[in-house]
Amino acid sequence: MIAHSRILTAVVLLVSLAAIAGCSKKAPPPAAETAPAAAPMTEAPTAQLTATPTVISAGDQVVLSWRTSNATTISIDGIGDVPSSGVKTVTPAGSTSYHLVAAGPGGTTDATARVTVNSPPAVVVPTNTMSAEDEFKAHVRDAFFDYDTYDIRSDAQTVLAADASFLASHPDIKVVIGGYCDERGSNEYNLALGQNRADAAKNALVTAGVAANRIRVVSYGKEKPFCSESTEECWQQNRRAGFTLDR
Amino acid sequence: MKSFFRVFPLFLIPFAALPLSAQDWVHTGTNLGADRIRIAAADFKPLSADPQTPALKAVFDATLYADLSGAGIFDLVSKSMAPQVTPGSPQEINLPQWAAAPANAAMVAFGSLSTDNGRMFVSGWLFDARNTVTPQVLVKQYNDTAGEESARTIAHRFADEIILRLGGGINGIAETRIYFISSRSGTKEVWVMDYDGQNQHAVTHLGTISISPRISPDNSRLAFASLDRDGWDIRMYSFDLNRYVAFPAGTAGGSNQSPAWSADGSKVAFSSSRSGNPEIWLSDASGSNLHKLTAFKGPNVAPTFNPRTGAQIAWVSGRTGLPQIYTMDIDGSNVQRITDGGYAVSPSWSPNGQLLAFSWNRKYGPGDPGGDDIHVIDLASKDYLQITHESGSNDFPSWAPDGRHIVFQRTIGSHTEIWSMLADGTQQQQLTHTGNNSMPNWSWK
Repeated sequence: MIAHSRILTAVVLLVSLAAIAGCSKKAPPPAAETAPAAAPMTEAPTAQLTATPTVISAGDQVVLSWRTSNATTISIDGIGDVPSSGVKTVTPAGSTSYHLVAAGPGGTTDATARVTVNSPPAVVVPTNTMSAEDEFKAHVRDAFFDYDTYDIRSDAQTVLAADASFLASHPDIKVVIGGYCDERGSNEYNLALGQNRADAAKNALVTAGVAANRIRVVSYGKEKPFCSESTEECWQQNRRAGFTLDR
Repeated sequence: MKSFFRVFPLFLIPFAALPLSAQDWVHTGTNLGADRIRIAAADFKPLSADPQTPALKAVFDATLYADLSGAGIFDLVSKSMAPQVTPGSPQEINLPQWAAAPANAAMVAFGSLSTDNGRMFVSGWLFDARNTVTPQVLVKQYNDTAGEESARTIAHRFADEIILRLGGGINGIAETRIYFISSRSGTKEVWVMDYDGQNQHAVTHLGTISISPRISPDNSRLAFASLDRDGWDIRMYSFDLNRYVAFPAGTAGGSNQSPAWSADGSKVAFSSSRSGNPEIWLSDASGSNLHKLTAFKGPNVAPTFNPRTGAQIAWVSGRTGLPQIYTMDIDGSNVQRITDGGYAVSPSWSPNGQLLAFSWNRKYGPGDPGGDDIHVIDLASKDYLQITHESGSNDFPSWAPDGRHIVFQRTIGSHTEIWSMLADGTQQQQLTHTGNNSMPNWSWK
């Protein structure tokens, strides 16, 4: 509660300081009233700035177009002085806010156009730029098991369904399913258990429509552990059917 | 417990009085003999001035002493209690000196060793210290190339003669060997060593992962499992031909592993997943006549033949969840569950056919790491005894052919080494000290 009221006090103080600052800024009389009247161009300038398109991939071009009135000096940040209206092609490396300032006898005004640059373009067109290995790793996940069983858990069912769907959309990919066990228990038994786990994962994929001849199964038992700590977290990491790209 | 001993009074020797009063450990084993013979091993007499002699004599004396000490049937007179003499022949021994306190020896082994021109000659006698009229029990003479390995071999042979003569006609094991897996070269390869841990060297150099070595009963072939691109294959190495020989039944993709030899060397059983689930399969040693023995869900691995009958196989099955040990007839019939719970693996059938040694964690489960200990179960009564206690995680027991010794792997922390012991759990001895060493398999002779 004490901390709370301290925060409240601080907030109140800040608000009042801001109010005082705001008041002092407003104190000088408006410039227009003190400036000599200039008959022909006293209207405030106007400005418009557009970018087309507003979302691009890195390396793509954007067309900036602008239009102003009642302005004598027009500039765009990063480009410099420009005519009162015009069109310019730019290639921003990253997302950019183009800021146009138009100044004239009637005052100053500005306009902004934001361009969003998506990177890397690989996300948009993955097959062209991502290696098959990376894509495989990004989409195919391992199925994990409870200790001393090879039953497919519900979370593993979800994972295997997604894996099957990826494999269905990439018919040229072949896969190795490795059967792994945690460090507990005996090597020979774990080798057979790893075989059961990898076969269970394979059967799930085959049931989901993946051709059996695209799947190679190797049990590693406890011979090739992913991690070696004697903790439940590590043991769970090791109790899995692990997927790798077959070559 | 008591009924267990009544059923097998000749085989199971409780050194009970001491352990039972202090803790709940009971010692058992086979062929360990009720009364240990008190025997003395005199240092042999050097008979030559050859500079090689002292070093070779030291190896010989130490090896003979260790062999007799570890045999499991002797009460060996300690060096400090033995007379400080080296009788080199029957004429030089003063038997009453050995029969009297503090040695109190019933038997004395003694003899001489000499080297000459790259050869070594050993004469050994075994005398009955209490029979001054006809004391000679045994006399042996050996002639071999001079060298440490020969000195060890001759000592092993002489020890085995004594053990055979005094140990109820059961052959000694001093010339047997132990096959095992070592990763000391970087990959898991098959290695072999003498039964006492001496003379360790690699058998395979495959550069992959090799496991589960099993030597054939005649020592001519080694079966083991090895990882390749399509899974695990049973491979065969011939020591007669010094190369790998075909075993077509052992290659089928998937997991083909944990081979076992029948005692006559004519059959090989192993686990294979070729039909889907890992099951026990049986074939001739050539790989022909392959057929499946089991059809149970879950892992089925680690067969071991009854070496006495050749008509039964024990193995490990996960058909009910955690692995349990079962037996069946060699045609797959008459399946019997042997263990009643926990995590039971790696059975090894005793040479007399009556006992199984195996690794058992009776409290296995999540959050209950328990302890994997070597147990021995009597197949007729299902009575069992725990052999290792409170020391690491113990697995892969393998009986020595004398039925008195068991070799096994012990993991402490992340380190696995090979140990041997008497089948009652006493005289535990670490045999390997370099790298990680596992899955020992004691040769049949």
